Amino acid sequence: MKIKQDVAVSDSGFVFNPTTGDSFSVNPIGMEIIKLMKEGKSMEEINKSVLENYNVEEKTIEKDLYDFIEMLGHYSLREENGQT
Amino acid sequence: MKKQRYERPLIKKLEDNMPNKFGMRKEYLPMTHIDDVSVKELIDQYGSPLFVISERKIRDNIRKAKTAFETRYPKVQFAWSYKTNYLNAVCNTFHQEGSWAEVVSEFEYDKAIHNGINGSKIIYNGPDKTEESIVKAINNSSLIHIDHLDEFYTIRDVAIRLNKIARVAIRVNMDTGIYPMWDRFGFNYENGQAWTALNKIMHSDVMNLVGLHTHIGTFMLSPNAYAVAAGKLADLAIGIRDRYKHEIEYIDMGGGFASMNKLRGSYLPGTDINPTINDFAEAITGALISSNFGPGKLPLLILETGRALIDDAAHLLGTVISNKRLSDGRRSTIIDIGVNLLFTSFWYEHNITPAQPFTQYSEDTVVYGPLCMNIDVLRENISLPLLNRGEHVVIQNVGAYNMTQWMQFITLRPRIVMIDMEGNPHVVRERESLERLLEFERMPDHLKDFKL
Amino acid sequence: MGKPKYTIGVTALNAIDSPGPGIPIIRALKQAASFDVRTIGLSYESLEPGVYMHDLVDKTYHIPYPSSGIDFLLERLTYINKQEKLDLIIPNFDAELFSFIKLEPELNALGIKLFLPSQEQFEERQKFNLPEFGEKYDILVPKSESIFQVNKLRELMKDFEWPVVVKGKFYDASIVYSENQFVTAFNKISSKWGTPVIVQEFIQGAEFNVTGLGDGKGNTIAVVPMRKQYITDKGKAWGGISIAEQYLLELTDKFISQTKWRGGFELELIKNKAGKFYLVEINPRMPAWIYLAIGVGQNIPEALTNLALGNKVEAFTKYKTGKMFIRYSWDMIVDLEEFEKISTTGEL
Repeated sequence: MKIKQDVAVSDSGFVFNPTTGDSFSVNPIGMEIIKLMKEGKSMEEINKSVLENYNVEEKTIEKDLYDFIEMLGHYSLREENGQT
Repeated sequence: MKKQRYERPLIKKLEDNMPNKFGMRKEYLPMTHIDDVSVKELIDQYGSPLFVISERKIRDNIRKAKTAFETRYPKVQFAWSYKTNYLNAVCNTFHQEGSWAEVVSEFEYDKAIHNGINGSKIIYNGPDKTEESIVKAINNSSLIHIDHLDEFYTIRDVAIRLNKIARVAIRVNMDTGIYPMWDRFGFNYENGQAWTALNKIMHSDVMNLVGLHTHIGTFMLSPNAYAVAAGKLADLAIGIRDRYKHEIEYIDMGGGFASMNKLRGSYLPGTDINPTINDFAEAITGALISSNFGPGKLPLLILETGRALIDDAAHLLGTVISNKRLSDGRRSTIIDIGVNLLFTSFWYEHNITPAQPFTQYSEDTVVYGPLCMNIDVLRENISLPLLNRGEHVVIQNVGAYNMTQWMQFITLRPRIVMIDMEGNPHVVRERESLERLLEFERMPDHLKDFKL
Repeated sequence: MGKPKYTIGVTALNAIDSPGPGIPIIRALKQAASFDVRTIGLSYESLEPGVYMHDLVDKTYHIPYPSSGIDFLLERLTYINKQEKLDLIIPNFDAELFSFIKLEPELNALGIKLFLPSQEQFEERQKFNLPEFGEKYDILVPKSESIFQVNKLRELMKDFEWPVVVKGKFYDASIVYSENQFVTAFNKISSKWGTPVIVQEFIQGAEFNVTGLGDGKGNTIAVVPMRKQYITDKGKAWGGISIAEQYLLELTDKFISQTKWRGGFELELIKNKAGKFYLVEINPRMPAWIYLAIGVGQNIPEALTNLALGNKVEAFTKYKTGKMFIRYSWDMIVDLEEFEKISTTGEL
């Protein structure tokens, strides 16, 4: 699962996709996940990291993470054939 | 290391017309307590969903309303509109504050009597007064507001039979310059129907014309329409005085004052544009005082205000069942409050406020109720903070009509609690149970058994 | 003695194809002879061009939409005032005026002045009150009706002839020629601006506008009439010329003296073939073409500022006729960082 390399993420939670010209805002946990994805982390590793840092059940993060990654795909922010 | 509070990850496309966070921030201060009682504890103790009524707010509202009218007019009487919320605890709170009862059916009439109201302080309105209830109303010297001529004849016949005098008024409908004009109730002012009815009453030996009544509409946003209506009733009263040397005792201006809810289709919020009780008081009393009643001859002014006195005194608490993504990418949230409990969601854009802290991030959301019915939509589009399953929400301004128009449908109706002046919650209506509902049903013998 | 320096908040920085008056007002304020100014842009959206015009707008803050309620607006303005110490706010959107009028006492308490019509003046000139307004002040207006439901059309068309003009409560207007077009227009307008929707008799003829300024006591401080020369497909003037039409000056005097109008305004009129002027709309704020008034010698925003701040103001007595304004568009180059800043922090 990879985020496109040229997607820029700023500390204010502002995301810019230079390919499409779209801008987005993400919340802090979303930003954290995008950064982990840019580092090439797998779904399992991201899952684990969120579970360690946040007060949340595994089934909740699993569902929300799936939805978030779907939205990244919907907005063309993910590499095609993104499976690593 | 202490773990952080979880919020679901969110990515939102920046669009030019997107409301920025400053536009929405305060609407989303969490509502963690009602009258200093914790929302979470209320739900833990009494279940979800849950209606919560504030006794303090009710008393506060009626006192403010009385002040608004009494500082402008010498004789004022409020009558609690049962149909708006006829929970006995609510009715009695108003009765303790001096309000009479205003009822529109035999059921409501009996409920008022059951609550211990003296019959002479019941105003009996509505187009369907059964003959049995008219007997009671005449025997109890209640104020019967005649809606149509068929009713006039029934009252006359019953009064003759009982050999008693009925205390009556007529309901008058009229053009006050607003849309829609409510001409289905009572007798029309402009075309002379009202005078026809008044003449019949004045010529009857068994009726005493004690008042004139109007009720010009619902959720009225124009105080001026009340000034027009009060002026027309005053003209009728003075006409009766001049023609029959008969002075009526009261003018009843009905209800219909808007509450602070936001009507669907309205651009600005209700709290900004809806008139206050002071605006209505100014319009009505101004028109009466400047009419041609002689000095010291102003009639008693009766008000049947319902919605504006109760709407903001009640809240509906609920719980998030699930968050879902719709096929077009929109976010939806399902909560355990359906349109069967929140009838007013068909007319209002109700605020939905989380009951726990959250961040400034929000997402445009469709809010669905729990019913397996497509119409069960509380808000088509609301910018909601990110709620997790199991978290709670509070819907404000639900005191009027919801607790009378709610339906037992698919789910059972929940408890209602009232928080007293000291902050103690009391259950004022129990949760429905299967056993109670089955008590109404009867099974024919041949349907009792089946094999599958 | 040096000139005083005022800090003035201005809304409607949407200098787009259907422009708001914010930017021309700021230009006028910057050119004021009687004071210096720091201009604070108040924006709703991140792409309002004025946000990025740093030579005109010294600083911009996002403010909440009127639909979120006056409490949020007051909270935000209180914050902005802490940073900027505003002397005056000049709001310019019809849809926000109600909220600002309502907040006037609170803003005054913060030391911020407004110079707006009263609630009554504002209500009286609402589009749906135009027939009563015309009757009360004896001003010729087109026949119009407010409707709440689309199915009232049939009944209504007994009194009207196609085409009719369909207008929203705050904005939007379209000329419709058939029932089908009407239904489309009604739905579009009512979904955005709510009801009522106004149906107005269509008057064919040349369009004239007047802008002016009333002092709230019945005196005309400024008045400039203009004939539209070029109209965009959105019905906006893209070019216009100042004219000397005596009737328009008299009508404006009558309007101001009878209503005791306080603040800037725009009257929209149509002159039919018979030469009669119909008043079709009263806008309770300065128009987007306000800069023409400055160009012909009446700096209305400057005079409005001085009136609001209690300074002595002489009424303008003349203006140059035959001056034209021709609008043009201009492409700015903006760095993404600026867009990011206004989008995420609400300030730039």
